Amino acid sequence: MLLQADARHPVMAANPYQPLRAHIVRSQVLVPDTHLFTLRFASERMAAEFRHRPGQFVMLSVPGAGEAPISISSSPTRPEVLELCVRRVGRVTAALHRLRPNDVVGVRGPYGNGFPVEVLEGNDVLLIAGGLGMAPLRSLLWYTLDARVRFAAITLLYGARTPKDMLFRDELVSLADRPDLSCLLTVDRDPDGGWAHTIGLLPSLLDRIRIVPATTYAAVCGPPIVYRFVLERLLALGFSKDRILMSLERRMKCGVGKCGHCSVGYKYTCLHGPIFTYWDAINLPELV
Amino acid sequence: MKTLVLPREHLDFFASVLQQFGEIHGPVAQGEHFVFRRLRRWSEIRLDYPRTLLPPKKYFLPPRECLFHYQRKNGYVPVLSDMERRIVLFGVHACDIYGINILDQVFAGKYPDPYYQARRRNVAVIGIDCVPDEHCFCRSMRADFVSTGFDLFLKDLGDRFLTFVGTALGDDMVLATGGLFRPVAREDIAEYKRRSAERRDAFRLDAEIRDLPEIFEMEYDSALWEELGARCVGCGACSMVCPTCYCYDVQDDVALGTLEGSRSRTWDSCLFTSHAVVAGGENFRASRASRVKFRFYHKQRGFVAEYGRPSCVGCGRCLEACPAGIDIVQIIERLREVQHAVAS
Repeated sequence: MLLQADARHPVMAANPYQPLRAHIVRSQVLVPDTHLFTLRFASERMAAEFRHRPGQFVMLSVPGAGEAPISISSSPTRPEVLELCVRRVGRVTAALHRLRPNDVVGVRGPYGNGFPVEVLEGNDVLLIAGGLGMAPLRSLLWYTLDARVRFAAITLLYGARTPKDMLFRDELVSLADRPDLSCLLTVDRDPDGGWAHTIGLLPSLLDRIRIVPATTYAAVCGPPIVYRFVLERLLALGFSKDRILMSLERRMKCGVGKCGHCSVGYKYTCLHGPIFTYWDAINLPELV
Repeated sequence: MKTLVLPREHLDFFASVLQQFGEIHGPVAQGEHFVFRRLRRWSEIRLDYPRTLLPPKKYFLPPRECLFHYQRKNGYVPVLSDMERRIVLFGVHACDIYGINILDQVFAGKYPDPYYQARRRNVAVIGIDCVPDEHCFCRSMRADFVSTGFDLFLKDLGDRFLTFVGTALGDDMVLATGGLFRPVAREDIAEYKRRSAERRDAFRLDAEIRDLPEIFEMEYDSALWEELGARCVGCGACSMVCPTCYCYDVQDDVALGTLEGSRSRTWDSCLFTSHAVVAGGENFRASRASRVKFRFYHKQRGFVAEYGRPSCVGCGRCLEACPAGIDIVQIIERLREVQHAVAS
């Protein structure tokens, strides 16, 4: 294990904790507390070579504030920039929201397993998002649309509290016309009126589509209440537990399976997740 | 493995030779306790120590360590200071070497930790055997004997030490003495076997770990966890003294009035309330019972699934350190009794 007494410490060339410099290219308000940040690595080579899988995340450093895991909302089919959809909920995200275009952040990653897109190929893909759960699923949505021929039917069910809380609303509303995608959007209530789509709870959208569970993969992301009701419905529809994929959130300090915070049962969310099947969830205490 | 004998009267000279391989650190008395630290003189070393307050992990994963300096111009610059110190850690027990081996695995893997590894490779480990006390249960945890993870391992045979040479560096240490070590004779082997059997019988604590993962699974909802949750004070002492607890927290600090700062990591504990809290406030382990359970579950169940063995090495430090008297050996006994009752 030990090297010779004169061995030098390794150069930190492969330091997995090293944040790489990136610039904020654009910051777009999706809803008042949630913005979409478009980032580009300062290194042209990194910008060109960085690739991720839908469902993976990066560790984002805001100088002086700290580091936090953020899922990637852009698709690897649209490289050169990274889009991160970030709600202002803690120290790091609050500091990020104060930054302006051209400001510098640190990025390392991508981390996590991501969605098994090769396994999904040839199948129907059913995306079910509640609230902020759209952030990681947007990457998979655009991935499947950009590689459209590799997938059978693609369906997006997305629910938000009100139209004003709906992330990527304009983008998704425009997708609703697309013939090769079933895009069903719902809101719990429409206080201001004028919402042209469904009003009702997210699980009710499942009544409005035709699903063949044997040839479908469902990708679910949302707050705990979404899992509680949606998973139950999917099982009732006849989904196999390993055809239900979930993206989970945990506290993370390293992203690379060392710091211990994201441990669930005997898995690390950062290494073995954040995408787990429902079967994993049953077998890992505390996962859901 | 190359095996030699060091006559006890040469131990002091051997120690002086070791100085060319780095600073000599070892167990020394501190009040009623023992700690690993740099020896001021060789005579300070207490090779008869039962256990140190902190395990050797502090040499590889310091309680607080600066990872980066942040500068506006250069971004995050890794901090490399203090990593070139070459240390010879003399007098490490088998359980603690086992603990180091486990940490070596955790800090390797897909994403090797360069800070840990840089420190680790500059620390030579010289093991020494020990006599179990009332808190030792390394034998139950299969950590009472190690075959890797040391450069040299000394087995006390009374007037001499049977010496296992574990690495090329260890061999260099032997050679640097210019012939102090002699070949092993039949009577050395016989004496080793006699003492080894004697030591085996000296353990007063025992816990059966075979099928323990299954028992933990089945007893996941045991009332025992609530009971322990009510007793635990959440101080995290068990994690700090554990040779294999490696959780750490990361903090950024900014120098007042500047745009410069640093990023450091510090030891953390899954017993702390904040351990599983995410931004927005949700706590995935909000009850103390769930946190106590998680700690034991991760050591005795989770680690087995991931690395093929429990991460507990039976050093007995948590038994000694816990102000609430929470005792893993008792917990295992309790769980097994409950299990037995269900079965009969």
